[in-house]
Formats: sequence, C-alpha cells, structure tokens
Amino acid sequence: MFRNTYDSDNTVFSPQGRLHQVEYALEAVKQGSAAVGLRSKTHAILLALKRSTGELASYQQKMFRIDDHVGIAIAGLTSDARVLSNFMRQQAMSSRMIFNRPVPVNRLVSAIADKAQVNTQEYGRRPYGVGFLVIGQDQSGPHLYEFSPAGNSYEYYAMSIGARSQSAKTYLEKHYKTFDDCSLEDLVRHGLHALRETLQQDKELNINNTSIGILGPAAPHEKGVSGAGSFRILDGEKVEVFLQSMVPKEPTEAPAAPAATDDDVQMEG
Amino acid sequence: MAAYFQAPTAYSRTALPPLAAVSAPQHLVPPSDTSGTIMAITGVGFTVIAGDARRGDAFGAYPQVRFVPTVFRLTDKAVLATNGFASDGNIFIKKVRQRLDWYRHAHAKDMSLHAIALLIQSMLYQRRFCPFYVHNILGGIEDDGSGAVYSFDEVGSYVRETCRAAGSASTMLQPFLDSQIYPKSSQPPTPGSATHLSLARVLALVMDSYKHAADRLSHDQIGDGLEVYIVLSKGTSTQGLNIEGVSEVTSIPGGERIFLLRRSLA
Amino acid sequence: MDHFPTNWGRPRNDTWDPYATYPIHQRPQNHQPKDRFAEGVQHTQQPIVTGTSVLAIKFKDGVMMAADNLASYGSLARFRDIQRLHPVGKYTVLGAGGDMSDFQYIQSILDELIVDELAAADGHTLGPKEIHNYLAEVMYSRRSNMNPLWNSLLVGGYKDGKSFLAYVDLLGTTYTASTLATGYGAYIAQPLLRRAVEGRENELTADEARKILEDSMRVLFYRDARSLDQYQIATITADGVHITESRKLETAWSFAEGIRGYGAQTQ
Repeated sequence: MFRNTYDSDNTVFSPQGRLHQVEYALEAVKQGSAAVGLRSKTHAILLALKRSTGELASYQQKMFRIDDHVGIAIAGLTSDARVLSNFMRQQAMSSRMIFNRPVPVNRLVSAIADKAQVNTQEYGRRPYGVGFLVIGQDQSGPHLYEFSPAGNSYEYYAMSIGARSQSAKTYLEKHYKTFDDCSLEDLVRHGLHALRETLQQDKELNINNTSIGILGPAAPHEKGVSGAGSFRILDGEKVEVFLQSMVPKEPTEAPAAPAATDDDVQMEG
Repeated sequence: MAAYFQAPTAYSRTALPPLAAVSAPQHLVPPSDTSGTIMAITGVGFTVIAGDARRGDAFGAYPQVRFVPTVFRLTDKAVLATNGFASDGNIFIKKVRQRLDWYRHAHAKDMSLHAIALLIQSMLYQRRFCPFYVHNILGGIEDDGSGAVYSFDEVGSYVRETCRAAGSASTMLQPFLDSQIYPKSSQPPTPGSATHLSLARVLALVMDSYKHAADRLSHDQIGDGLEVYIVLSKGTSTQGLNIEGVSEVTSIPGGERIFLLRRSLA
Repeated sequence: MDHFPTNWGRPRNDTWDPYATYPIHQRPQNHQPKDRFAEGVQHTQQPIVTGTSVLAIKFKDGVMMAADNLASYGSLARFRDIQRLHPVGKYTVLGAGGDMSDFQYIQSILDELIVDELAAADGHTLGPKEIHNYLAEVMYSRRSNMNPLWNSLLVGGYKDGKSFLAYVDLLGTTYTASTLATGYGAYIAQPLLRRAVEGRENELTADEARKILEDSMRVLFYRDARSLDQYQIATITADGVHITESRKLETAWSFAEGIRGYGAQTQ
C-alpha cells in the first residue's frame, strides 16, 4: 500500500524530506489496540484494550510495571515492547542501586527515545514498531508521556495511541480541562469512556479485554495498595467495579464507517 | 615426653611471610566484622527472625552507631538477617531485592521461600573466590504454610533448620537454643518446626537470649536496639503478639502476615 | 627494596637464611613475587598526606560540620590551609579525613556528577541522601577492586525539609546518626557530641551547635597531635550551604607550665 522508491532504507530521505521507514513504524503503532492515559493532580492512569487471537487464546498483555513509580501501556509489537520495557526496568533499578532514588520519569522516557532515535539513523537497523504511554510519579507529581518509535517523547494531560485512538483523543480533548481535580474514580470513568470510543461497532468493554494501570493513592474499594500508591495493574474481576461506574452511551445517530479492520493482525498487542 | 619431640617455638621452622606478601593487595583491605548477633527460630506456622542494631567501625569494634538494622523484610513471607561485614551485607541485600524484583516482573508473584534460599546460595557461590563476608539467616513461611529457617555460610552452603544463631554471641546462644528447641539432644536434629513451642515462648526465648548475651558480652559486640520480625502463615492466630512495641508491616493483606517488634537492649 | 630496617634481619632470622639451613621450599625467596614488575604496580597501601577528624551534628535547622585546615605528611604539619569541607550541589557538604589526594579525586568526580545533573536541566537534583548512596557505591567498588580510596567521609545535608547526616569509609561501611565524627574525633569528640546533642536535635540553635563543635574542636586540638587550631564550619539549612572562612581556636596553654614529670623536666 505504501510502495515507494525511498522506503527500503531508513537512512535515506525521500525527496520530500521524509523517512518512510519511520513513518511505517508509526503505522505499526496504529495497528495495535488502543491505550489511553490521563492524569489528575494526584493520579496518573492508563487504560488499554486487550486483544486475543481467538476464542481459545488468552488476552495479550498491554501493560508493564517498570518500577513502583512508573508503568507503561503499549500499542504495536509486543516483542519490541518487552525489549524496551526491560531496558527501562534496568535503568530504574540502576538508579535505585547507585543513587537510592526512583529514576526521574522524564529521563527514563528520554532514554528510550534516544534508543529509538538511533534506529532511525543508523544503517542496517529498523525502528521499533511500538509506542508507549508512560505514567510516572516523582517530586513534581504525576506525569504522562507518550513515546513513539520516531524517537519523540512528549508530556501530555491526556493521550491515546493505537487503533482508532483518534476517537479517544476527541473525547479527551473535550474533557481534559476537568481532569486536574478529578477523583480516581472519575478519572478512570473518563478513561473508560475514552477507551470505549475506540471499540468496533459490536464490541464493548468487559473484564477480559480491559486493563487499568493506576499510580497514586488507592480508591476506596481497592485493597492491598501501599500508602503512596505504587503502580498497579488491574485486570479481570478487579476492573468490574470501574466498568460498572460507566455511564451508558447514548445511541449514536450515524456510526462512522469503521476504518480498515485490524482484527487480522495477530502479532500486535 | 611429647614436648621433647616438638620443635621449640623459638626455632620455629615456619618462615614468617615477607613483608611484601603481608601488604600485597589481597590483604590490602581486609573486611571488618562490624559485630552484632542474629538468630531465627521457627515453630508451627510462624518464624521469628531477630538481630541487634549496634555497629562497630571499620578499624576496631568501637560502637559507632546505635541503630543499624541487620534484619530485612524481603517479601510478605521471607525475612533475611545478615551478619558480618556490613558493607558486603548492605550490597548483598540490595542485590537480592533486585533479583526478587526481576522475579516479580517475570512471574507477577513473590518468590517462594525455598527458591529464595537457592537464589541466595547461587548468589553467594558466584563470589566464591571473593566472598561476601556475611552470614545469612533466612526465615519465613514455605508455600505449604510451614515455618522454615535456612542458614548459610559465606560461600553459599546452606541447610534448613529449626533454629540458628550467628554472629558475636552465636557460640553462647546456639547451645542454649539447641537445649530449648531440640527436645532430645542425643537424637540428631530434624529439620522442620519446633512443634512444642508456642509463639509467646519463642519470643520470650529470643528476648532472653539477647538480654543475657548483652549482659555477658563485651560492650562492642552486642547491644542497643533489637529488631524482631515475626512471620505468621496464613490463618495463624496473633496470640502472643499483644506485647509492647509490636507493629504490623504486612504489605498485602489476606496472605502471610509480618510483624516487627522493636526493643532496647540497654 | 624493603625500606623497613627491622626486616633486614640478623643472620639467624627466619626471613633471612644465608647458610641455607632451611629446606628449599621454606626459603624466604620462594615467597617473593615472581613478576619482575610486581613491586612497581602498587595500589594505595597507606594514606600519605592526611587530614584528621571531621565532626558533624544535627541541629534544629539542619546540619553543622567542622574540620580543621591541616593536611599532615606523616607527623609533619605539611599543608596548613587545606579545606576539608567541600560543598556538593546546593544541599550537601562532604567532609573528609584520611588521604587528601583521594579526597581531591572524590571532589572531582562529585563535581562532574553535579554538572551532569545540572545539564539535564529538568528540575531533578541530587540531595545528600543520593550523594551519600553514590559515594558508598564508589567506595565499596574501589575496595572490592583492591584499590580503595583511603578516606572516612561524612555527608551532611538538608533537602525538602529533612536533615541528613551519614558516614562512609574506605570499606564502603555506612551508618547514620545525629552526631558523627571520624578519625580521633570518633573516640574523643563523639562522646562529647552525643552528650550535648542526643535528644535535643530539634531544639539546638545554630549558635548552640556552633559552640558544641567549637568546644569539641578545642579538645581535639589539645589531644590530637595531627590537628590544627585553624578550622572551618559548614552549615547546611533550608537556606543552602554556608562554609565559614578559616577561623582560629582560642586556646590556653598556661597550665602546661605547671605540669611536671614529662620529657626533659623530671621534677
């Protein structure tokens, strides 16, 4: 679909000044199921839609714990994500070992962005085929970053990546001004509403396909969370309460024609 | 008459090592024993792990500080006590904790006690020729709910036991513990729990041991603070724990429980 | 070359055997290093130019430290204007006893560290806790490589409303307390500091803290033959780091006139 003369090598610009391989890598991110991230003054959260390859298969993991104060959600190639998340874990641990401090989140994100950038410039390499939403907490409060295989990283109030993430983004853009003062429950509800926008027509969020990652003090019904609220991933039964809190969608007038289906892509998470 | 055949010491044939060998790099910075005593005892469904908190300095055993923890909570069911060269001990604890973190990343659960014991063995043996000069005692609850104590030497050799003391007062305390915990000293000790001892009795044993060791030993070897961790298996009652200075440090409710008792040995 | 005359030995010395009275495998020469250059490659085996005690205490607004200005060469008072209190970033002071060249090396790696941290320009800074942990790692890894940095260091600081005071030495040994002292200070001054400070960390004013340190420095100057009456005081509080100019101890030696029984005077 993207046949082009200048796309076989990532070290060569096209006459338009574009690096086609890098742009294709960004397409790989869009093939993965959606992930949404948002933050308030006290919390940063991630929500992700998990896929399974079929009735008989389990759901693909979408979130990884990096350290007590950092967690990520991924869209794209899960195998690339594992490599990068292991690198992030090493960085976090070495910071704890050498300085006895949790690694500053922005430096962690910059570190993987730098790694990704190398892959866009050196001959014989390929860019990573995965994008991250990174939430983290440090002295300056909760943070949300997006990492993309182009080697960019930006901080956001709220963001979404992956398949149909534009619909979630539209929702987030409409509501993000209220997020700052949200309670954890309200923030998760907003996140779920945003994530819901990325679903195909006949699908809905359930306890099997939804993951929630939380950083910050526990919600009233959460059990076993340390005082400061280290990163935890909620799956299965634990997301039920949050799913219950969603406000049912009003019947939409004219559902937009679904974009190219992504169900056939099996290796992306 | 035997003395007749012995070489008089003044003509000892053992040559003194030349100075160059004495000051050669391998002897350059000897590890220093920063003193202290640790011990652990396990009963039915519980394990008690204790250590005192006095610390000597690098050159002598002059007590430099009065509160340095030597017992560390690894998970909700495993506690590691270290004794010996303090900086090796600190680094070792950090390394073990990070290995447990990697395990948690890979398997989304805490490592079980016997697996931690094996991990510690291999980590210690990796440094066989430049050892961590640390005695370790690992205590906690096994997957089957039984209490367990594992004791290690510096290079990783380890055994599961019912009780163990290590450090400056160990020669005094181990025979005492043996007499109290292994009912028939003529029989070889069997690994497992001291079935006849209640938690209250074990706690009393531990605190008495430290109190009397502190009375008997010279001031730089034991004293100041005492930290006792009590690990209870799932469902074990807290009877015997309603004493002063006990606080719960369990991180995830619903499983094994950990309590910390702080006392002064002054 | 063995520079120690006591080791040169006499004919009937175990380490010197001119008549080959010992079996070959026990002869001293067999223990000598085989590598021709082995004696040329040396790690620090003893400190050369040394600083003596560093004292530090916590007080109500932060941490205060003191160290004199002397760097000795053996028993010679060689350098008399050396600063042994070194600011590290905006929240921390490092005080050093032991080998001064190793201390200067430590200063340079810490300064580099602070520059790197500053260059990140993201609002994150290294406080005393982080610097102490870093130093402990450095000291421990150097001793593990059989090449220690021959120092006893005190790290004092104040950040985010919290005082920090800790020790680290050539072995990587660390500990923390509300009063700390290195060198002879650990034996002579530490009991004085404890009596004056323990339990009163949150009451002591800066003036009282300064008085306590000054008195202890005076006792050390009277007793420690490698000390000097010129010293500096570092104060670390919410306002940052302040290190005084070199100041002189008020001392009184007139009592020495009355002492009998030492040295040349026998009565």
